[in-house]
Amino acid sequence: MTGGISKRIYRIQFALLSPEEIRKMSQVKVITADTYDDDGYPIERGLMDLHMGVIEPGLKCATCGGKVDECPGHFGHIELAMPVVHVGFIKEIKTLLDSTCKSCGRIKLTEDEIRSYREKMESISLSTSDPEVIGLMSKRITEEAASRTVCPHCGTQHSKLILDKPTTFREEGIKVTPKEIRERMERIRDDELIFFGLNREVARPEWMILTVLPVPPINLRPSITLETGERSEDDLTHKLVDIIRISQRLRESRDNGSPQLIIEDLWDLLQFHVTTYFDNQTAGIPPARHRSGRALKTLVQRLKGKEGRFRSNLSGKRVNFSARTVISPEPFLSVNEVGVPEKAARELTVPVSVNTFNVEQVRELVARGPEARDEADRYLAGVNYIIRPDGRRIKVTTQNAEENAKRVEPGWTVERQLTEGDIVLFNRQPSLHRMSMMGHTVRILDSQTFRFNLAVCTPYNADFDGDEMNLHIIQKEEARAEARIIMKVQEQIMSPRFGGPIIGGIHDHITAMFLLTHGNPMIPENVGVHMLSYLDLDEMPPVEVHDGKRYYRGRDIFSLILPKGLNLRFSSKLCASAREKCEYEDDPEDKYVTIINGKMTHGTIDEAAIGSFSGVIIDRIFRKYGPEATAKFIDSMTRLGVGFLSIRGFSTGISDYDIPESAIARIEEISNDAIERTEKLVETYRKGELMPSPGRSVEDTLEIEVLSTTGMVRDESGKIASNFLGLNNPSVIMARSGARAKMLNISEVAGMVGQQSVRGGRLNRGYYGRTLPHFKQGDLGATARGFVKSSYMSGLNPLEYFMHSIGGREGLVDIAVRTSRSGYMQRRLINAFEDLKVNEALRVEDTVGAVIQFKYGEDGVDPTKSDKGKTIDVDYHAYDIEHEVA
Amino acid sequence: MVEGSNPSGPAEGGAKMAKLNVLQHELVPAHHVVKKEEEDKVLKELGIAKDLLPRISRSDPAIKALEEIHGPLEGGTIIKISRKSPTMGYSVYYRVVTSEVFK
Repeated sequence: MTGGISKRIYRIQFALLSPEEIRKMSQVKVITADTYDDDGYPIERGLMDLHMGVIEPGLKCATCGGKVDECPGHFGHIELAMPVVHVGFIKEIKTLLDSTCKSCGRIKLTEDEIRSYREKMESISLSTSDPEVIGLMSKRITEEAASRTVCPHCGTQHSKLILDKPTTFREEGIKVTPKEIRERMERIRDDELIFFGLNREVARPEWMILTVLPVPPINLRPSITLETGERSEDDLTHKLVDIIRISQRLRESRDNGSPQLIIEDLWDLLQFHVTTYFDNQTAGIPPARHRSGRALKTLVQRLKGKEGRFRSNLSGKRVNFSARTVISPEPFLSVNEVGVPEKAARELTVPVSVNTFNVEQVRELVARGPEARDEADRYLAGVNYIIRPDGRRIKVTTQNAEENAKRVEPGWTVERQLTEGDIVLFNRQPSLHRMSMMGHTVRILDSQTFRFNLAVCTPYNADFDGDEMNLHIIQKEEARAEARIIMKVQEQIMSPRFGGPIIGGIHDHITAMFLLTHGNPMIPENVGVHMLSYLDLDEMPPVEVHDGKRYYRGRDIFSLILPKGLNLRFSSKLCASAREKCEYEDDPEDKYVTIINGKMTHGTIDEAAIGSFSGVIIDRIFRKYGPEATAKFIDSMTRLGVGFLSIRGFSTGISDYDIPESAIARIEEISNDAIERTEKLVETYRKGELMPSPGRSVEDTLEIEVLSTTGMVRDESGKIASNFLGLNNPSVIMARSGARAKMLNISEVAGMVGQQSVRGGRLNRGYYGRTLPHFKQGDLGATARGFVKSSYMSGLNPLEYFMHSIGGREGLVDIAVRTSRSGYMQRRLINAFEDLKVNEALRVEDTVGAVIQFKYGEDGVDPTKSDKGKTIDVDYHAYDIEHEVA
Repeated sequence: MVEGSNPSGPAEGGAKMAKLNVLQHELVPAHHVVKKEEEDKVLKELGIAKDLLPRISRSDPAIKALEEIHGPLEGGTIIKISRKSPTMGYSVYYRVVTSEVFK
């Protein structure tokens, strides 16, 4: 491709095809419904006539003499035995018939009205003004004309014309044939067409009734030969065959004087075939089907919808230089890297232009051949193709590599295989925000999957249960530069959604940092040194000596990965999520994480400090030290986490939820209490003694009361259970640190599952007046309405299991409904916003420069750079300056 | 610029309900008519042609309320809208009156 614009569209015009024009552009009149003869040669005047183009190599087009690929294809035509309505113009035909007189063909307006409306319509140009404006004005005029029952010109009385969908018109119950419609249309005067928004020069209304049907070129409906040698025709050809057959039968029946009834039936059948030829999903008629039962894909179906020509082929194109495979985690990679399997790296190439400066290196590269390895048998980038200046590609093989290397000269291009350090784009669908596609640098790894740092799961919303991701190799220098400067993962740490970090620690990162800093544990020197070997450090942490043994302190180790000069003070999540009394309550100083000059002295690191979406430390490092330091911090954190957890050991299991018999008994007791209390409430309600709370019916009051009772026992049982589950319990550590799950989940496992609900209320649907047939009708008691008093640990009884499933289904349905709805909403928003831009003056404009917003977001602040939506956090900066080391 | 206050006050006669002035509702931002002689200054400040400004329908309740004070507003009149903004304190927006009725 040489590029450049060869042609520009000056204007486009929409018009109707007249029968004469269809015949004129036709190269052949198709008269037989057959396609090929027994030898597989196209039958003359058939649907595959050579005049309409060629699809078989060796044959020549009978019209232009071109071979396959040279001949653009030519139209043919079918003469229909009787006229039929074109479904695409049904609306227009209806308005035309409604607003004009059936006998004189004039528009049903008085001369005065015609004069004044004509002036109005002529003031707006049909070709340049807004189609919506024309449509509105035309609609007003035609509606007025349609409401007349007597023609002001000839006095004919009109009765209402009813459109019997999709293509039949009836007048007083009698069918108006397309022939009759066509005759009426012919009577409409040229100079009155303007009222219908029709351009008299290119459109006559009778052309909306088809007498001739264009047959599209063969290139548009190629037949395919199956392996068995069998020919399979395109859906359009099938449909055209039907049309020709029926048209022929109709012509014969008409000419040999068959009964009117038979003719009418055939006519209707012809109408059906022509209609489905255009649109096979027309409301009111069954779609035409293939022998196999599959609905045919006809003209409208080719264009419409997600799989149509527009969305699938024009807006969405397939790309080269991309790879897709399963993903898996690799904590020893930087967030900026992606591990690419060798198999993929050998196929993916980067074009290198040869010049006088690099010609020697390139020759060496080519000489390696396509399967290059170094002396240690490690992957080396080779070359797959070399491209001569005239565009010819030469495939490099191990055999011809040496020889080809010598031929390479400046001006040639060499397609080099992927190598470590190349920047590539990595993407996971659905691409919902810009962080769904980020720039990574390549690491060539063994085995078959793409691998990346766990902290990058969040922006991609990826997990490793079989997810696949796409990799794209950038082919141009400008794009590579852009990708490095703005698309690299480290540049995307801050989310434009909320002005905080979207990339940060997850799961084990948080657990590990929590364990490392909570209570500032003493770590024996040998263990500490092992952990530190995972990191790239310039100094060692201070050593403390107790009883003659040497220890490191957890917070000191964590401090090693913090940048020097960081001053920060914030309260950790731990206290906020504590149920009753926070462990730190006794030592007020420990409630806060305190970092002075990159040294952590107090507090516990948890989700609030390093988590994605919330991590204060990540946020501050990014703002103060920039993307690179932040990426380094996250990388070190991942390594430190792996190092610490693998030497300390961390595991969870069912025994995490073991609580003493006495506690179980106590929970049983309070849940029985709750059931009893509910029973009492229902009884007072039955006696009519329940006092409704203000603004509520008695029934609602009862429900609210019961819900609060059952809610209370669940909380209560959770408290009882968690009294025995402290911060030495792995599940609790994960919940309290924010690594995974909530305390609520733990109390569901150890304590009780509690009340199940659908749409915010107790379960009440299923059978008449009851949820399951095991209950009496109208039973309002706790168990009958979905109260589950067991815990997951003790196991649910069958009734409870059912109730739980009912509640659980709501969540599943919600997800299914939400994703489809939000997907469509996303699409609409993107289409609405796609060509708006923010200009130099921070003004939001559309393509013509019309203002959408005077200042972006009213304040001109980039939300990515804002501080959780606020412009600046004064308290933090004050603290930072106060502790600044001179 | 002229203040958009309610000129009539509460309607007389207890039976009749006072007509609501939308401009005085707390959720409606302040609308002001930009005087003809000040238009050029405003447009120059914005550095933009008048036809590129956002539009406001003549049938907009706020325009109707302004018309009660200023008399009929012709198409092309610039309206200055100052609304409260959580990030900026307030922000200014301009719209041009058009005869078009938006759906």
